[in-house]
Amino acid sequence: MSTQIQADAAALKAEVRGQLWKDNLRDYGLLGSLLLIVLFFYLITADHASVSPVNITNLIMQNSYVVIMALGMLLIIVGGNIDLSVGSIVGFVGAVGGSLIVYAKFPYPLVIVICLAVGALIGAAQGVLVAYAKMPSFIVTLGGMLIFRGLTGNMLLGQFVGPFPKGFQSIASGFLPDVTDFGSIADSLPEWANIHWVSLLLGALVALWMFVGGIRRWRRAKLDGMEVEPLALLIGKNLVFAVIIVGIAWNLALYKGLPIILVIMGALIALYQFITTRTVVGRRIYALGGNVLAARLSGVKTERLIFFTFANMGLLAGLAGLVVAARLNSATPSAGSGFELDVIAACFIGGTSASGGAGKVMNVVIGALFMGVMNNGMSLVGLGIFWQQVVKGLVLLAAVFVDVYQKRKG
Amino acid sequence: MPAILEMKGITKRFPGVVALRDVNLAVEEGEIHAICGENGAGKSTLMKVLSGVYPYGSYEGEIWYKGEPRRFHRIADSEHLGIIIIHQELALAPQLSIAENMFLGNEPARNGVIDWNESFRRSRELMKTVGLKESPNTLITNIGVGKQQLVEIAKALSKKVKLLILDEPTASLNEADSAALLNLLLEFKKQGMTSIMISHKLNELARVADSITVIRDGSTVETIDCRAGQVSESRIIRSMVGREMTERYPPRASTIGEELFSIRDWRVEHPQHAGRAVVKDVSLHVRRGEVVGIAGLMGAGRTELAMSVFGRAYGRNITGAATLEGKAVKLDTIDDAIDAGLAYVTEDRKTLGLILNEDIKHNITLARLEGVADGGVINEAREEQVATRFRTALRIRSSSIHQRTLDLSGGNQQKVVLSKWLFTEPKVLMLDEPTRGIDVGAKFEIYTLINDLAAQGKGVIVISSEMPELLGICDRIYVMNEGRFVDEMPAKEASQEKIMASIMRQYAGAFQ
Repeated sequence: MSTQIQADAAALKAEVRGQLWKDNLRDYGLLGSLLLIVLFFYLITADHASVSPVNITNLIMQNSYVVIMALGMLLIIVGGNIDLSVGSIVGFVGAVGGSLIVYAKFPYPLVIVICLAVGALIGAAQGVLVAYAKMPSFIVTLGGMLIFRGLTGNMLLGQFVGPFPKGFQSIASGFLPDVTDFGSIADSLPEWANIHWVSLLLGALVALWMFVGGIRRWRRAKLDGMEVEPLALLIGKNLVFAVIIVGIAWNLALYKGLPIILVIMGALIALYQFITTRTVVGRRIYALGGNVLAARLSGVKTERLIFFTFANMGLLAGLAGLVVAARLNSATPSAGSGFELDVIAACFIGGTSASGGAGKVMNVVIGALFMGVMNNGMSLVGLGIFWQQVVKGLVLLAAVFVDVYQKRKG
Repeated sequence: MPAILEMKGITKRFPGVVALRDVNLAVEEGEIHAICGENGAGKSTLMKVLSGVYPYGSYEGEIWYKGEPRRFHRIADSEHLGIIIIHQELALAPQLSIAENMFLGNEPARNGVIDWNESFRRSRELMKTVGLKESPNTLITNIGVGKQQLVEIAKALSKKVKLLILDEPTASLNEADSAALLNLLLEFKKQGMTSIMISHKLNELARVADSITVIRDGSTVETIDCRAGQVSESRIIRSMVGREMTERYPPRASTIGEELFSIRDWRVEHPQHAGRAVVKDVSLHVRRGEVVGIAGLMGAGRTELAMSVFGRAYGRNITGAATLEGKAVKLDTIDDAIDAGLAYVTEDRKTLGLILNEDIKHNITLARLEGVADGGVINEAREEQVATRFRTALRIRSSSIHQRTLDLSGGNQQKVVLSKWLFTEPKVLMLDEPTRGIDVGAKFEIYTLINDLAAQGKGVIVISSEMPELLGICDRIYVMNEGRFVDEMPAKEASQEKIMASIMRQYAGAFQ
């Protein structure tokens, strides 16, 4: 009898470990597929153009808006809703900003503040309708999508409005200044010395901070008697991340250094990672998405939280609107159209649950990068725009299929 | 009589658990075979193996049906042979009619076009067989649970059922509906049908079962033949829990203090139908250290009363006064109620009590996240300590505090919900059907917990449809009917007959 119990206990432990491994596999499977398509495009593009510093820089700048908005969309979807209006908010905020700068001659820092406020206000208005008036989010934001696309066109009268001051443009296309400019002697130095040392150093510092922080957190958890993963796995995992981060920083240092938008993006990713995993607000959003009735009966203010997710989404869409306008150096009537689909697709490729209650920031970021790398790679190899859409659609279906399949198998 | 069904050496594993280990079950043709066991013993799992919900290959062992080995890959395979299972949670589409539900997936049709006349004719016949007096056009949402159960049985009959399996068929039925259902089963037996019935209600089993198979911790303990003579309830319980349980309720030594919480002239209207009062002028009080019961039939308004008190979670136009520790208390929102020191453990733990996809830890801390957070940031170590403390104290059986609550048995899920509310350190607990669908052993643990809470000076209000339970654990009992409190009595002077009499007296009065 006791051997039976021991055998069961051993089987149970093995199965728990198997489950842990499986959970990890799902997350790292996603990262692995991202690395695979990077490798794929590295191999098939001429002169490995896909990983050239110029292209990587472009890739980051082109896709920053998707990553920024996907962070907000994650919270919306986890809370059990959807926001279809974000593309139109991008266009509308760009139009407001462009008009204020070009026609009203407002200083651009003030315009940035106004634009963020406008985005947040639009999100808040839709949030009121969803959270308090109990209208389905799909319908509210479908309305918003039409309204703000139309207002954008009306405001711009079909025109491009621009150009913008240099400072404003730098949100999307500026780089961190480099103090290690060797000036006149630069030409006499070997090529490797002429890179952007500040960018490389910053990348290395972030990698080191993550590595040390990860191990410190692990040790504290162990001291507190929590269940922890094996140290070897942790170190291995963090080393891979560190290598990737330093690799990207080095790559960018070869060109113009770290784009400002990458710094903004990195800060936002860290912030939302923190909100979703460590804060009371974050936990409550997941609870609300998991079971709204049980959450409400546990004292969670469900309406207020749903409202917050929409206001937050509007704010991030406003930021994305500024980035898009700054990048194009003009406000255009069609700016942002179709973005909502990229953003939502990024969330689902990243394994966010369509029924709410589950989803991870890092996976959504990887989902967004996945879409970005594919867009970029397919353009480099000259695949037609229509085929690109077909491929993206297939990838979305495949990613969600794998997710659903794994979940069903348990 | 030959065996119609034999399950031999069934073993079924889930991640982290062996749910069934070498289970054997033999059911004779034409009998009513009961399966009982504690929650999580594996009864429902066994039935899911039988019906093909868990397909052939996902378990070990053999199923023999009508003398042949069978491999069911899906539910349709077993239904094809006349094995029909009616689950605890009824599988009816609420917005469709009785007739539509009865033939759902099996519609009488010609070339894909439904023959409504045929469908109505046959549904009328079947409804007559099960004694359901309704129009086939009535929507499921407009009939009570008892009648819904009959629709399920009629649906099973329409599929030419040979072996009917009922999982806790009377769990949510009142006494009259339960009795009618059991009579129906006996009627079917006369016509030669075989049934398997899973139930916790031992008095019902003793009444209808021909044999009882007891399952404990995933293994068969024994099969008791009831035809040989009367089988006592304590005999079954002993077999289920593996020990002598002389007492179903822990001894209660109450020390009752001053009044803790009260409501006066509480009136609640239906949330959709303004003006229709669901709770009418109810006054209630509970003292420190006191366990107060609210008895009544289904639909008496007990849940509505509790939820309306708990921060107006139910109803509209709520009027009345509430006092806590002698002072008027504001209970306008659920937050107010929790802050004031009220806790409400819901009747329906799956849809109202738990976030099923989240683990034990996250569920326990949900109602008081501030208790494990510093300035809005969760302290994970402290959260784990809290969860571990409750897991140990309430003996929640699980692989760890990181196990999803979806995968826990009913009793353990209930303990997680209780932990969540205990962590809010309430002064007054309202427990709505705290032991519904829970096995005898876990029930005893929950009763003991209620005693402990009362001993700490808390006030406990228990709503229950099982009168013996109220008589066993309460100090004082209110009787509620049709939205009113119709009687109040000390538990010592109360009896099932007395409670029923107070309910019936009100009806008698209504007909004068």
